[in-house]
Amino acid sequence: MATGEQAIDPHADASEDGVRRRDFINIAAVSFAGVGAASVLVPLVNQMNPSADVLAEASIEVDISAIAVGQAIKTIFRKQPLFVRHLTAKEIAAADAVNISELRDPETLAQRTKEGHKQWLITMGVCTHLGCVPLGAGEGEIKGAFGGYFCPCHGSTYDTAARIRKGPAPKNLLVPEYVFNSDTVIKVG
Amino acid sequence: MSFPWANHYEPKHPLMQWIDQRLPLPRFVYGAVGAGYPVPRNLNYWWNFGVLSGVALTIQLITGIVLAMHYASNGALAFDSVEHIMRDVNSGWLLRYAHANGASMFFIVVYIHIFRGLFFGSYKAPREMVWLLGLVIFLLMMATAFMGYVLPWGQMSFWGAKVITGLFGAIPLVGEPIQTWLLGGFAPDNAALNRFFSLHYLLPFVIAAVVILHIWALHIPGSSNPAGVEVKGPQDTLPFHPYYTAKDGFGLGVFLIAFALLLFFAPNALGHPDNYIPANPLSTPAHIVPEWYFWPFYAILRAFTVDIFGIPAKLLGVVAMFGSIILLFFLPWLDNSPVRSGHYRPLFKSFFVLLCIDVLILGYCGGAPAAEPYVMISQVAAAYYFAHFLIVLPMVARFEKPLPLPGSITEAVLAKNTIAA
Ligand code: HEM
Ligand code: FES
Repeated sequence: MATGEQAIDPHADASEDGVRRRDFINIAAVSFAGVGAASVLVPLVNQMNPSADVLAEASIEVDISAIAVGQAIKTIFRKQPLFVRHLTAKEIAAADAVNISELRDPETLAQRTKEGHKQWLITMGVCTHLGCVPLGAGEGEIKGAFGGYFCPCHGSTYDTAARIRKGPAPKNLLVPEYVFNSDTVIKVG
Repeated sequence: MSFPWANHYEPKHPLMQWIDQRLPLPRFVYGAVGAGYPVPRNLNYWWNFGVLSGVALTIQLITGIVLAMHYASNGALAFDSVEHIMRDVNSGWLLRYAHANGASMFFIVVYIHIFRGLFFGSYKAPREMVWLLGLVIFLLMMATAFMGYVLPWGQMSFWGAKVITGLFGAIPLVGEPIQTWLLGGFAPDNAALNRFFSLHYLLPFVIAAVVILHIWALHIPGSSNPAGVEVKGPQDTLPFHPYYTAKDGFGLGVFLIAFALLLFFAPNALGHPDNYIPANPLSTPAHIVPEWYFWPFYAILRAFTVDIFGIPAKLLGVVAMFGSIILLFFLPWLDNSPVRSGHYRPLFKSFFVLLCIDVLILGYCGGAPAAEPYVMISQVAAAYYFAHFLIVLPMVARFEKPLPLPGSITEAVLAKNTIAA
């Protein structure tokens, strides 16, 4: 075998710029295989993304008429907890008294609620740190030093506008998209 | 085997010769654990923990495969199927407790194995690759154990999955899509449980493969030893079999007694009662902590509570936690003292003791609630952990005056015995 190969001049088929026909075929074949391998990777990676049934979660309607001032409820929106809280006048005043330039994630209570419904604080019950459910919505749960929510996992503390005030969480509790269908019914999502 | 004092395999029996010429498996075994692997004669009991780690992995593989015959990885069934294993399956309680406590035993022996390496300088040249592969095994073990803990689908399983995948959410910009991609949803659910089961089944076999590489890399320079000086000749070694098979056998007996005590008398001591409550996405347990073997790292994660230089505290905690392990990959180059064994490094020895205490403190804080004084203590302890590897070790290597090393392993052994006599 070796003797046979020695007889052939390896540069015999080189063109003027020194590129051999074989180099071209080599690069073309390997690139083609590379593109093929990469396109197989796409479905393999993509299958990990949320499937259609998980994404197809519809919006929900919540009747808020029974929530008394100072009370809150927990419900489920897209498999995650949703807090609906009926703020007291004192809680609203406390939230408004804060100088927002001092906040980690500066937002006013008015920006976080709907016009004319400032007493209704509607947020996801998912701590923006690592996703635990903060305490403070259920009856008798501790609300933390700022009177809003307290996350037991790593101690994030939220105020009465559910804004992050202390602890490792970077953001305020998320306000989902919602509208007031009437004064007593909201539609989330 | 390429080290100069290794014996070469010469099969006597015709059958063994026949096999060896076609598939050199007998040669491989002979070189790995037979008389073909001459081992330094002065190994102490700290050198048992490599073999014990292998035994622990085997126990996990066997009990795990059996559990998988009865377990259902579906969000609606998983919790009940584990209770079914506990109550209905013949000897199911034993197999599950063996698997759950086996994971703890596995981590205990691996941690001792790692700290053995830290004290005796096993990570130094020419054994860097052994150390690096060991760290890869450690990372794979942590991933495996984490995903295993999710499988019973109790409260701790669910919230553990949520918090740990949440770590990836801290990555700027791409964090949240990555978290959603990992979970296959916006919170842990069926998709997450199924893929965790699939990977929990796969990874232990990957670990087994890396273990083979780890031992392969070890057998190129051969084992180090407590004196830290290299083998000079045949008088410094003993054949692995029967000398170290016997010594490891004794260690194995002690290990199995300890395992049996845990398994039969306190099978839930290291677990968490909340994991006997089915997963509830609406309520986080008041005190969520990972399994004990993650506590030191969890304490580092939680040590960051304020943003520094505009970098969010959340990201800092995550980077520090992963960094505390990644750091160990650089250890062979951070500590460049030519002396291996801590026995001949007085200053290093004191700092080593300090590091052990530091990691124990971190572990304690990681298991405690996220409140003062634990947060502050974690901050100090985490700072020392990083300082130890990044500042103390390079400095000690530079300024320490080591004690005189023995001329050879045999000299070290004889010197010790004359003092004792
Ligand atoms: C590196 C080795 C392994 C480690 C560290 C490990 C760790 C764990 C842990 C900590 C649990 C949770 C135990 C509990 O609280 O109930 C678990 C559960 C489980 N593991 Fe593994 N495991 C390993 C290998 C395997 C293998 C090879 C299989 C085979 C498929 C397996 C199958 C299972 C099953 C079916 C469960 C759920 C049943 C249960 O919760 O007891 N494991 N594993
Ligand atoms: S998840 Fe809420 S503080 Fe960490």
